Amino acid sequence: MGRYVLRRLLQLIPVFFGTTFLIYYLVWAVPGDPFAGKCGDRRCPDSYIQFMTEKYHLDDPIWMQYGTYMKNLLQGDFGQNFSGRDISDILITAYPNTLKLALVALAIEALIGLTAGVLTGLRRNGFLDNLVLVSTLFLIALPTFVTGFVLQYLFGVQWKIINPTVSNSPTFAELLVPGFVLGSISMAYIARLARTSIAENRRADYVRTAIAKGLPQRRVVGVHLLRNSLIPVVTYLGTDLGALMGGAIITEGIFGINGIGRTVYRSIVTKEGAVVVSIVVVLVLVYLLMNLLVDLLYAALDPRIRYE
Amino acid sequence: MRVSKRAGAVAMTAAAALVVAACGGGDSGEKSGGDTANGAITIDGTQPEVGLVPANTTETGGGKIIDFMWTGLVQYPNDGGAPQNAVAESIETTDSKVYTIKIKKGTKFHDGTEVKAKNFVDAWNWGAYSPNGAQNGSFFSDIEGFADVHTEDPDGEGPKKAPQPKVDKMSGLKVVDDYTFTVTLSAPFSIFPVKLGYSTFMPLPDAFFKTTPEEFGKKPIGNGPVKFVSWQDNVEIKLARFDDYTLADKVKIKDVTVKLYQDDTAAYNDLLSNNLDFQQQIPVSALAGDKWKSDLGERGLNVPIPVSQIIAFPLYDKRFQNADLRKAISLAVNRQEIADKIFFGSRKPANTWSNPLTAGGKEGDCTVCTFDPEQAKQLLAKAGGFKGELVFYYNADASHKEWMEAVAQSVKNTLGINARAEGIPTFAVFRQMINAGQMKGPYRAGWQQDYPDVENWIGPLYVTGGSSNDGKYSNPQVDAAYKAGTQAADADAAHAKFAEATKIIDQDVPSMPMVTVNQQSGTSERVKNVQTTNVGEIDLSSVELK
Repeated sequence: MGRYVLRRLLQLIPVFFGTTFLIYYLVWAVPGDPFAGKCGDRRCPDSYIQFMTEKYHLDDPIWMQYGTYMKNLLQGDFGQNFSGRDISDILITAYPNTLKLALVALAIEALIGLTAGVLTGLRRNGFLDNLVLVSTLFLIALPTFVTGFVLQYLFGVQWKIINPTVSNSPTFAELLVPGFVLGSISMAYIARLARTSIAENRRADYVRTAIAKGLPQRRVVGVHLLRNSLIPVVTYLGTDLGALMGGAIITEGIFGINGIGRTVYRSIVTKEGAVVVSIVVVLVLVYLLMNLLVDLLYAALDPRIRYE
Repeated sequence: MRVSKRAGAVAMTAAAALVVAACGGGDSGEKSGGDTANGAITIDGTQPEVGLVPANTTETGGGKIIDFMWTGLVQYPNDGGAPQNAVAESIETTDSKVYTIKIKKGTKFHDGTEVKAKNFVDAWNWGAYSPNGAQNGSFFSDIEGFADVHTEDPDGEGPKKAPQPKVDKMSGLKVVDDYTFTVTLSAPFSIFPVKLGYSTFMPLPDAFFKTTPEEFGKKPIGNGPVKFVSWQDNVEIKLARFDDYTLADKVKIKDVTVKLYQDDTAAYNDLLSNNLDFQQQIPVSALAGDKWKSDLGERGLNVPIPVSQIIAFPLYDKRFQNADLRKAISLAVNRQEIADKIFFGSRKPANTWSNPLTAGGKEGDCTVCTFDPEQAKQLLAKAGGFKGELVFYYNADASHKEWMEAVAQSVKNTLGINARAEGIPTFAVFRQMINAGQMKGPYRAGWQQDYPDVENWIGPLYVTGGSSNDGKYSNPQVDAAYKAGTQAADADAAHAKFAEATKIIDQDVPSMPMVTVNQQSGTSERVKNVQTTNVGEIDLSSVELK
């Protein structure tokens, strides 16, 4: 087990360098001079462009820029963005908000999605099953921004239950509605995933054995059935945390949450490679570690899986 | 110039943000019940792209804060009229070349030091000195000795670099005593005093020169009616009344929070629920079908701002070198219909080469701004028709698609030319192509006047070598009339000459004025008397609580 984890952690290193270089390269390859549009409909003075180019080493070849960036990064220095702000400051303010939002979304989708999935999986083709089937279809069909704007308008403007936008450092309570919006589509997938999995495993031999042994229904479902049916759901949830964090651009915009989504978007457009890579570095780590965690959870859920 | 950022780049850079909740955050939620003197308001803004140094800010997010925090030698009245002295006691000249500027005694910076003549001189020298890389450096180019402190890159984008300037101070600036300085221009320029209200010409305190511009930009010290309190990136900038302010435009309220939004719809929803006291521009989604009017009622403001949308011709392209063809295209556009149908009346069809709000400008001086299909067809025939495809270009990262397509369609229907509109993905790429002279068809060019004078609509745009004359238009007659205007003895004589230049431009049609812009703003139920400045920003001194 320990060796397995170590091996997986070592695998992170090449993945880490590979992804960061790719992203750095891609941002670099985005067409457009980063300073061409800085002065509105007037050409920027040469002196300004020269000053900025020198300050951010934009004359260097791409591999050298990446090298300089990595060297500083490994010493804990994320560098500065084009407006002279420390990128580490940007990360420190933006990341907790995004993480909180993603966790709220994850909790909501796990709770509601799983409950709906288990209930419908146990009673297939009943009224509830059809209801969930239709409502999840509805959620999947709705783009996030529609859900977001509608809920914000109803709760925030019409009924005044919440503020349309959240505060500087939003609390978990404030993030309930944004979290629901962000997690709504995944929630629908989880419900369907759990339903299929449960329905399939209900006919499995080990469940029949458990029932034949005379175990109470609660134990059959809660321990035997659920544990085995959870594997695909856990896989989905694990990778979804990263997806939720990286994919929150729209939700963050609607509810005015100061998170990484908007920062990444803005930095891509303004060709601030260092900012994009810095944010993505952390995101990559989240993805990789979550994947590892999911793999380890398999062993806990399915007795047939053991790591050497 | 700034607006183009709003129209173009800011849409994409739309700074990120966060917002104080009415009850949680406290700032906007304290219902002060009419206690204006202790009152706090919250207004919308976007994250400044660079640190807050006046000569280095060109975009609206930071420009707005700088306008609040600084007061210049002159100020522009809200209705767009002639500038009035603010920090300046008097600005005198006999030959439009040497200006003697006396400043008022006893005005203070926010750190308590007095504003003296050297604060202006030092600030201007800093802005002009090219190694400092200030975005607005070229604004000082009228001053004698500018070429010695501001060197150009000899081969543009090429490998060579601009040489180190010989000196770091312009010879045209001289401090006479603490409250007097003289400005000698390299050539007579009658409009120079009008420029002095633009943010580039603001004074800088001694503290600026003791620290780095980066550090100063994070905690700026100005001399205006409000001072800087704090800045939380992407979240908010807090300002407070400067109690030692002595000039006329004192603010009555105590605290101003500028919330930095990333999404104007979020700001609008905050406005509707009274979490935001002023939104400068209502989002397009709320303008559709006049929704904002029913939402806001009397809380909505609709004011003209000195901004025009222009479509410029790339005159370096052989196909567009025939003036009759350009005239034909301009006359073929139904501006009224575009203003009504696409902009729901929030834009007015342009009828002038400047702007209705501009001092010295004349409405109706654009004779090619009318819709005249007959004449357009005749002129096209005279020009020998147009072969191939006529493509109108715009930057696709802001909402220009609809009206640009309407323009193309209008030309197509009237002249039978195969015309269409094409978006360039981002403002940066768009500007890069314009700078490099690579446009293959007429393209969008927004213009917001930097200072309220018709000169600002001619010099930069249509004079040979003008800073925004991207289409490379050049006519010696225009240059001569413009030069005569800049050297005129007074403003009226200058404006007469500029009108002459405009007449020639009107025959040459180097570009097509399309629409002039009205700004739709909204206020909360808590504030009253809210007015907007000549550029459409909130006039903080007007705000009172109900």
